[in-house]
Amino acid sequence: MSGGVPLLAFESVSVAYRRGRRWSRAVRGFDLRIGAGVTYGLVGESGSGKSTLALALLQVLPPNGRVVDGRILFRGEDLSGWSRDRLRNEFYRQVAMVPQDPLPSLNPAHRIGRQIEEVLDPRGMPTGPASEVRRRALGMLEAVGMADPERVARAYPHQLSGGMQQRVLIAMALAGEPALLVLDEPTTNLDVTTEATILDLVRGLVADRDTAVLYVSHSLGVVAELCDRVAVLYAGELVEDAPTADLYRQPRHPYTQGLFDSVPRLGTTRRAVALRPIPGRIPLPQDLPPGCVFEPRCPIAVDACSRARPELEPAGEGWARCIRWRDIVDGSADPHQPAPPARTPAGGGDVPVALDVSGLRKRFPLRRSLLEVLRGAPQRAVRAVEDVSLTVRQGRTLGLVGESGSGKSTTARAILGLDPPSAGTVTLAGQVVAATLAGRSPEAIRRLQMVFQSADEALNPYRTVGAALRRPFRRLAGLSREEAEVRVARLLEDVQLTPAYAARRPAELSGGEKQRVAVARAFAAEPEVLVFDESVSGLDVSVQAAILNLVGDLQEERGTGYLFISHDLAVVSFLADYVTVVYLGHVMEAGPAGRVLSPPYHPYTEALLSAIPLLDPGAERSHIRLEGEVPSPVDVPSGCPFHTRCPRFLGEVCVSEEPPWRQTEEGHGVYCHIPLDELRATQAPAFRFAAAEGPAGGRGDDVADAAPAGAGDQGDGDG
Amino acid sequence: MGRFLLRRLGFLLVTMLFTSLLIFLITQALPGDVARILLGREASQHALQQLRVQLGLDRPLPLQYLHWLGDFVKGDWGTSFSTGQSVRALVLQRLGNSLQLAGVTLVIAVPTAVALGVIAALYEESWIDTLISLASLSVVGLPEFITGLVLIQVFSFSLGWLPANSSIAPGASFFQALPYLVLPALTATLVLLAYVARLTRASMLVELRRPYVRTAILKGVRWRRVVVAHVLRNALLPTITIVAISFGWLISGLIVVENVFNYPGLGRLLTFAIARRDIPLLQAVALVAVLGFALANLVADILYAAFNPRITLR
Repeated sequence: MSGGVPLLAFESVSVAYRRGRRWSRAVRGFDLRIGAGVTYGLVGESGSGKSTLALALLQVLPPNGRVVDGRILFRGEDLSGWSRDRLRNEFYRQVAMVPQDPLPSLNPAHRIGRQIEEVLDPRGMPTGPASEVRRRALGMLEAVGMADPERVARAYPHQLSGGMQQRVLIAMALAGEPALLVLDEPTTNLDVTTEATILDLVRGLVADRDTAVLYVSHSLGVVAELCDRVAVLYAGELVEDAPTADLYRQPRHPYTQGLFDSVPRLGTTRRAVALRPIPGRIPLPQDLPPGCVFEPRCPIAVDACSRARPELEPAGEGWARCIRWRDIVDGSADPHQPAPPARTPAGGGDVPVALDVSGLRKRFPLRRSLLEVLRGAPQRAVRAVEDVSLTVRQGRTLGLVGESGSGKSTTARAILGLDPPSAGTVTLAGQVVAATLAGRSPEAIRRLQMVFQSADEALNPYRTVGAALRRPFRRLAGLSREEAEVRVARLLEDVQLTPAYAARRPAELSGGEKQRVAVARAFAAEPEVLVFDESVSGLDVSVQAAILNLVGDLQEERGTGYLFISHDLAVVSFLADYVTVVYLGHVMEAGPAGRVLSPPYHPYTEALLSAIPLLDPGAERSHIRLEGEVPSPVDVPSGCPFHTRCPRFLGEVCVSEEPPWRQTEEGHGVYCHIPLDELRATQAPAFRFAAAEGPAGGRGDDVADAAPAGAGDQGDGDG
Repeated sequence: MGRFLLRRLGFLLVTMLFTSLLIFLITQALPGDVARILLGREASQHALQQLRVQLGLDRPLPLQYLHWLGDFVKGDWGTSFSTGQSVRALVLQRLGNSLQLAGVTLVIAVPTAVALGVIAALYEESWIDTLISLASLSVVGLPEFITGLVLIQVFSFSLGWLPANSSIAPGASFFQALPYLVLPALTATLVLLAYVARLTRASMLVELRRPYVRTAILKGVRWRRVVVAHVLRNALLPTITIVAISFGWLISGLIVVENVFNYPGLGRLLTFAIARRDIPLLQAVALVAVLGFALANLVADILYAAFNPRITLR
């Protein structure tokens, strides 16, 4: 780092957006300095202003946004007032960005090769196949791990998978050898396995080139894996800034603590530790509290907090914007949100089965051309689900996990009868139900309900919440309108909304409130089994925590069985009593959650667990990375469907023979050619389970300590 | 692509069959007796009857239709009642004129409209944008016979640059005809201009906000190149479709323009056929017009796919 002038500095920067005639400040007084070669994390929930800052830095704010205050300095020079040409010649050659959504960030009409070549030669001169520019572009594609750069260069963006598109953008960003790389949530929409390989890639490329990084993310885990320092942003203000290890060991702002307490960690289960969501919601820029922005949601707020906006104070090796940060550090103030009421751990023993699915198969036949039919070509099909069996018990949760393309959602839709299965039976409360929804009795429909992934799309925007919730009471329970209204009011209270919400329409609700309504709608029919399909995936962690607690509480009260589908293993491990892991429509591993999530693992489960970013900067862990992509479900590999990517691939037997289902007495099964003892001998646990605490739910410190404690044991393992 | 073409040409055939039936029935339903039109009011019953037999008008309708269609496909489009000329020669000659006019119109209209749309979008909500919107909208609001007459007044009578009457002689070469084409083409351009310009503006605005534009800027690509090679490349997709479809309208729908300028295109031939109750001519012009529209639609789809790598025609 050269003599005091940082590579990049924000000096009390405020950014405002115009809505109608009014300007409101989405970011206020933001300060940050990034030195050469430093990786900086910028963390916050939606509405915190983190992406706004990234765009402001790059001078590409949308037309209705501008920097209204402060300065952004690059190598000591104020960027404001630079002409388009000057930015191009002096700034954009040294910075680059990898955006959140790869597909819309690529020009749909240009081939990949051309788009990368443009970085190296922005004038877009035609290039011959043997030109220097072409050669370097192919070299970049190879550097980001593309197996066949020539083919990728010839492809159009839509012909690549999401992970490959993101690699292309990384190749593009690094092609110009920037001094500063801005990453704006580059892995948010990707599978954990893909995310892990992308993070490895960024880490390696950045270390090789001594590039400074600003990594914008909502995920504390990802930031912990990658960054030297972290800045936490809340409602447009920097609330804390510290070296990563310090921040994770001792947060100095109650919001940072709240974020940590909201995230389910691998190895904590709701039976042992409750999440502590942050009550209330993030204030809008036009509607800020007079004092500290976090005061309305803060567990340790005092009178002074609501009077004046606190200054950013030096705290340890970082900064904190809280007048009580010293109290937090010396323990005289407890920054944890109050723990939710205690729960009784689930009793052991056999609980009656609520839903049994056996041998489920769903194939979508592909259309053959007339020529193929005449030639007698075999009928091909998308084999979305090949052979899935699972059991959901009353008052218990079965988590269904796998990458995208593994057949999770198809399984859910087939069970519900929305896409009737091609084979297999669905047994509900001891009775086999019809394959199609139309063939099922209203009673069978009532017993099996679903909470969809996007509450936004599942709620009719023109109907009030009350109308949406009344319908199941009227249709499935046959109540009168008045009775139904009474029940709607009670139901809204059950999901921690007020009866007044019945008159609102979906557009008037926040994301979390919509998901509560979606949960309420599913519960209105008083189902015996409820299917959640990625129902908490799109939510901010503090909101997600509240929904997870709510869903857990409702299960305790009502004894409903859950089939909980998610790609997020930490969420599944938190909520589920049993876990089933699927890959390409086959069950890879199944059993009680504690058994599935500790060795012996199926190699696929092992890889999934190894890919999850841990909330612990110093964690030593195995780095198992899956090569390539999930194969096409039209050509499912022979033998074990996982053999093409398996890190523990044995040889011919995996290709030619279907693996046996190896099951222990505890009901833990693994679909693999490798015997369980051998697996156990070579595998270390991916994490340690937090010790079950007393019924009081424990003090917050235990939660914060759980992950580092587990991490310390990881090197030796118990194999 | 091959399969797509085959299927679409099949559709085209069905469309043509259906519309030919429609055209036949409508011309049958027109008031007036063909024999009487041909022979005049004074003709004797006997003569009328003889002509009807001669023309096949005494046969049942379905048979008449099949005969007519068969002849049409074979290339025998009949003889014009009013001029006694071969309908086919007449229609094809006028079709050539119409294609010329349509071509010249597009050459003027499309670059102008696209340029206006791009400028309006780049300077969104500025005075230029407002001016372009106001000007193009006020022009499109005026009917063609007004704009046509104004153009004649200015460019022929006041300035004397261009002829007011566009009745080009048959057999004139394109360059001989060109001076006569400019004013009618300008009039037709004014009709298309606002529509195409506003469409281009709207899709430019959509594309300008897409993240790939930001990617291109951050790559260090010159702004002009960002606009042309990235934004316009994608924004033109809807415009291409609309332009191709409007080609169908330009061939046979310029009835008013052709009449104002006395231009010998299909549109004027159509009004002529209607005025004279010239049924064989009317049928032929109508069928050619429908074919023009159908082909323009097909070409629009093919062009759209050709410029959009996300679409594969199957």
